[in-house]
Amino acid sequence: MAEFPMVLILAGLAAYAVLGGADFGAGLWELAARGPGGADVREHTHRAMAPVWEANHVWLVLVLVVCWTAYPTAFASIASTLTIPLFIAGFGIILRGTSYALRSGRPTDREEGALSVVLALSSILTPFALGAAVGAVASGRVPVGNAGGDPWSSWLNPTSLLIGTLAVVSAAYVAAVYLAGDAKRGELSELAGSFRKRALVSGALVGAIAVTGPLVLHQDARPLFDGLSSGPGLVAGLVSGVSGVLTLALVYRERFEPARLSAAIAIGAIVAGWGLAQEPSFLPGLTVKEAAAGDSTLVAMAISIGVGMLILVPSLALLFRLQLSGRFDPGDGVAGVERSESPGERSATQLAAAAVTVAIGTVGAFLGKGWLLGAGVAAMLAGATLAFLVLATPEDESAGDGAET
Amino acid sequence: MPFDLLAEALSPVQQDYLLEARQMQAMSFALHIPIVCFGISFPALVMFVEWLYLRTGDPVYRTLAKRWSKVMLALFAVGVVTGTILSFELGILWPNFMSTFAEVFGLGFTLEGFSFFVEAIFIAIYLYGWDRISPRAHFLSGIPVVISGLTGSLTVITVNAWMNHPTGFRLEDGKAVDVRPWSALFGNDYFWHELVHMYLAGYIVTGFLVAAVYAWGWIKGRRTRYDRIAVTVALTAACVAAPVQVVVGDWAAREVAKRQPVKLAAFEGLQETTEGAPLNIGGFYSDSEERLKGGVEVPKLLSLLTYHDPNARVAGLDSVPKGDRPPVAITRLSFSTMVGIGTLLAALSLYFLWQRFRRRLPESVWFWRAVVAAGPLSLVALIAGWVSTEVGRQPWVVYGVMRTEDAVTGAGGIPVGYATLAIVYAALVAGTVWILRRLAAAPLEEAQAAPPEVTTDG
Repeated sequence: MAEFPMVLILAGLAAYAVLGGADFGAGLWELAARGPGGADVREHTHRAMAPVWEANHVWLVLVLVVCWTAYPTAFASIASTLTIPLFIAGFGIILRGTSYALRSGRPTDREEGALSVVLALSSILTPFALGAAVGAVASGRVPVGNAGGDPWSSWLNPTSLLIGTLAVVSAAYVAAVYLAGDAKRGELSELAGSFRKRALVSGALVGAIAVTGPLVLHQDARPLFDGLSSGPGLVAGLVSGVSGVLTLALVYRERFEPARLSAAIAIGAIVAGWGLAQEPSFLPGLTVKEAAAGDSTLVAMAISIGVGMLILVPSLALLFRLQLSGRFDPGDGVAGVERSESPGERSATQLAAAAVTVAIGTVGAFLGKGWLLGAGVAAMLAGATLAFLVLATPEDESAGDGAET
Repeated sequence: MPFDLLAEALSPVQQDYLLEARQMQAMSFALHIPIVCFGISFPALVMFVEWLYLRTGDPVYRTLAKRWSKVMLALFAVGVVTGTILSFELGILWPNFMSTFAEVFGLGFTLEGFSFFVEAIFIAIYLYGWDRISPRAHFLSGIPVVISGLTGSLTVITVNAWMNHPTGFRLEDGKAVDVRPWSALFGNDYFWHELVHMYLAGYIVTGFLVAAVYAWGWIKGRRTRYDRIAVTVALTAACVAAPVQVVVGDWAAREVAKRQPVKLAAFEGLQETTEGAPLNIGGFYSDSEERLKGGVEVPKLLSLLTYHDPNARVAGLDSVPKGDRPPVAITRLSFSTMVGIGTLLAALSLYFLWQRFRRRLPESVWFWRAVVAAGPLSLVALIAGWVSTEVGRQPWVVYGVMRTEDAVTGAGGIPVGYATLAIVYAALVAGTVWILRRLAAAPLEEAQAAPPEVTTDG
């Protein structure tokens, strides 16, 4: 029971690294694509990302809320020691959300260029800072306590730098794979080719960093190294490595759809490996079990997450199916609604009913207690809604002078 | 053993910048809450307009719904980041609050997380689905946005209600035990008035702000059918909500009197516990002299309003030691501001509803000038309302249980973070204004155009 929220946190982190990572990486590629043809790349990445970035971002929020509800003490210790990287990540998130929002204001080309710089800045800051924060926890530099760890060296150390860098580069990598596939689907072969090239280069870079990983961990985070080099941790690490190589091969052969999947597996496996390597410890001297909230809270969470997933999974599937099948791409529209008769005459009876309901409700809400008060408030709201429905459409006949119709 | 460790490790710390931490949190809320208003009410208004389109096939409704939905998405994007910052700050600024009580109220945020997810998914489908999915499917895709906008804010309000009236746990050696998260959040009788009060505020703020934009155009002579529909929908929503809010506000004040009598005393600047307490209208409270200055005093009215009995006993500030009282002057000032603006808005609303009853839109330019003013004023009232309830909760973060000074982080550099965030948020506000102006300036290309051409070969 005490461990299942941790599974969810790690799964959420993996989903965020894959999906949110693709967002951040896309921002990097936008910056890299300046000069001729840059506008095409920006246009393409924006179209591929805009409908899904908000949903991709929510994984991070879900990780936060599950962490603080299920492991309040650990969360508080992490947040208070890692204030600086978390603040930097938050800063990057502000920049990213803002640049997406600003895009909806139809900027000019020059403004768009400036925006892509902002977006790219956020694409480096946020994955790096969050990766560094993960490195701080993974290398045991966050003690239990209110701001108990060092504000700087906790996240500026070899392990944090390794994971932060890996987060930035792998974000660029998953983005390139995703965008290459998207361009191929949209039959933009030139764009698909250039993203394929980017994917191969950044993929090789991810591999190179990953290979140096064990050396760094061996020196800097020995317990993590031991966990990853034996037992289930080793298995996860190997799965990740094999998937990573497989992804490169698939990208090389332009099989982008399966490449997306294997890239996700590579990231998911390394996150799982981290969890397995650290198990059962969460923070130094604090196991996952000891960190967990009481059973009533965990049960309530399990129920809400179960029900939540029943709604969330089909909704996400719908969004990604629409997006990946190119349904949101520009093109011919679907048929509009046939013109029919204008809205019927408004009903004096309804308006009178609304007024009476509000009046009765007001008396109940003002004088009542308990259920009578509740019923009074409900009646007021119902009456107000009814009044809105009757009054909210203007009559063409009573148009003021000079008004066009 | 681990419990000893915890009790020792996350004990209160000395923080020199408690006030800055509180201000940083307040600033973040002040920026987020107007966006929440749009999240609560705007999807419903957009869908009302789309529903008119489905019923009549009149393209002007479609144009309006589509343009409003772009504003909705832009504001949602801003809300995504300001909301995320808030959740970071809960941990960064108030670790002891989180470590002690997150297991009691955290469930509210877990549920909010799912609402947020659903909202993000369907707002994207709704916006990018215009002309891409059938009109009926498009309308259906908006419904989850409306529902999750409501449930998302509902669950966050349960947490706020819990902070003001904490239940569902016992405190043992500084640790929450015997935790009952469902009843702490949803069985809390302090929750309902906050919920209704905030939802109505959502319609009032959104309605008046949107209407103010069109009222400005109205004065400048932009009175096409499109403008008339837009202003009527937005203004009607605000104007049916504003008078109801007066009654709900009265209810809220009575709940405050019951559960947080000292907060009510701060609202009213009532120094001494009084039988047959008078209501002072317009007076300012002086923190140094500990009394109200100026204003008009109506005998026994406060007792009458609060307990429906002119001679009832109303608790004053002196009912608790000085250390347990909130900063009174600012609480009183913001409360009066909210009530004053709320009353004016309700009066304006009744006039508008009367005109609508007579089947017309008001003609006087003064009415439209008043609507232009009502937009920002409703925003001021919203912020003032939150200041009164949250500053009025001080010195407690969890009312009567944990002091704000015991919740704060021990980390340094709060002023640096505060200043940085202030600069970034100023840029964010400027950017948001820029987006909204751009969206408003875009030509009405589809207003008179027929629906897009039908293609059969997809």
